[in-house]
Amino acid sequence: MNAGRAAAVIVAKEVRAEFRARELLNTTLIFAFVVVVIFSFAFDPTTAESRRFGPGLLWIALLFAGSLMLQPSFAREHANDTLDALCLAPVSPFAILLGKIVANFVFLTACEVLLLPVFAVLYNVALLPVLGRLVIVLMLGTFGLTITGTVFSAVAAQARMRELLLPLLLLPVLVPLLLAAVEATAGLLADAPELQRTWLEILIGFDVMFFTASWLLSDFLLQE
Amino acid sequence: MKNSIWQSLVVGALMAVAGYAALFIAPDEKTMHVIQRIFYFHAPAGMVALLAFTIVFIANIAYLINRQPRWDWLAVSGAEVGIAFNSVVLITGPIWAKPAWGVWWAWDARLTSTLVLWLLYISFLLLRDLMADPDRRAVFSAVYGIFLFLDVPLVYFSIRIWRTQHPQPVILGGQNSGLDPTMRKVFWFCWLAMTGVMAILIHQRYKLEQARHEFEELRLRAEQLSAEEPGISPPAGAMRT
Repeated sequence: MNAGRAAAVIVAKEVRAEFRARELLNTTLIFAFVVVVIFSFAFDPTTAESRRFGPGLLWIALLFAGSLMLQPSFAREHANDTLDALCLAPVSPFAILLGKIVANFVFLTACEVLLLPVFAVLYNVALLPVLGRLVIVLMLGTFGLTITGTVFSAVAAQARMRELLLPLLLLPVLVPLLLAAVEATAGLLADAPELQRTWLEILIGFDVMFFTASWLLSDFLLQE
Repeated sequence: MKNSIWQSLVVGALMAVAGYAALFIAPDEKTMHVIQRIFYFHAPAGMVALLAFTIVFIANIAYLINRQPRWDWLAVSGAEVGIAFNSVVLITGPIWAKPAWGVWWAWDARLTSTLVLWLLYISFLLLRDLMADPDRRAVFSAVYGIFLFLDVPLVYFSIRIWRTQHPQPVILGGQNSGLDPTMRKVFWFCWLAMTGVMAILIHQRYKLEQARHEFEELRLRAEQLSAEEPGISPPAGAMRT
């Protein structure tokens, strides 16, 4: 079985498991909602202010939600030692990792689809005129978040206090991604919407670099 | 043992001369005067911290390639020593900034990226603390360490763009632009002394890690023996690692 098909099987398995349990998506989505609402008490949510801190708020909510959601990705395989079973399958470790990354990407994207309208309404931000470009930024940011988050979830699953550990491992590494995503989103919400190339390039660079790294290092993450 | 005393003496002498040179030989700076002299320790410490993190990266890769525990020992030693020098940078920076800029801290590009660098390697050490099994700890922290080091240029690059796009309340002039020849000599001497301190610290920390490893193996052997012969039990103190 080639890597692509093996990864597709893993994605299907993750999605099926999620739709049977329905715990990950619900919790993540409600958590992201809570963060978005809570922020309005920390700042004055007028339209002018919202435009200023809105992009940061949106991405902080996504990063926090992501770092919580990605944690069980490998940890829950430990409950029944199913990770060993996965590793015994005659497929490359990268296919397993890729499957997990794509599945997490799908979950996080689903959360974003539901979160964005609420965010736009609550903070009175006009997203529709820039939706196409915003989707590009969101996809690139989410992909970077899921690559690093999934890899670090495999790392954190080996340690004690793993629930607490993943955000600690993940958030400092995500600094460049957060910066680029927030600035790119802010550029889109400005009076004259513009997608700045530099930030787009940093996002692409982040994704390409860490995707390559996880491909090269997947053997070490999964053969133990 | 004797070797390390000699090394410490040499590096101690280097540091003493560096301190003297920074305080008395280097010429007085025109606008900042005496507070500028902290630069001779601040900047070399920053360079040495980066060097230590580079050693961590090399050790991480080497461990994944040949799986010898000594590379893991080097990685943890380098990370701890790098954090120490990075802390020196983060402490001496505000001491200088308060009289020079009027504030302890500004979210300037260099300050911010140094702080993020510190956070990155603190989480590396934290991860290692929370993993009990030595082999797993070595493999997984090596993978994490490689990701961290790849992140460093992105952090520097993105923060630099971020901070130059915004107006800055304070101005950080290029320190190295047009440094006085005597200043430059003193600076590089301080750098040499600092690198010596780093080498000694890493070496000592490495030996400590090695001793721990040997102790752990002895403890396991003692446990096996006591399992075979109930009469022999490992000394009580040896049960803890």
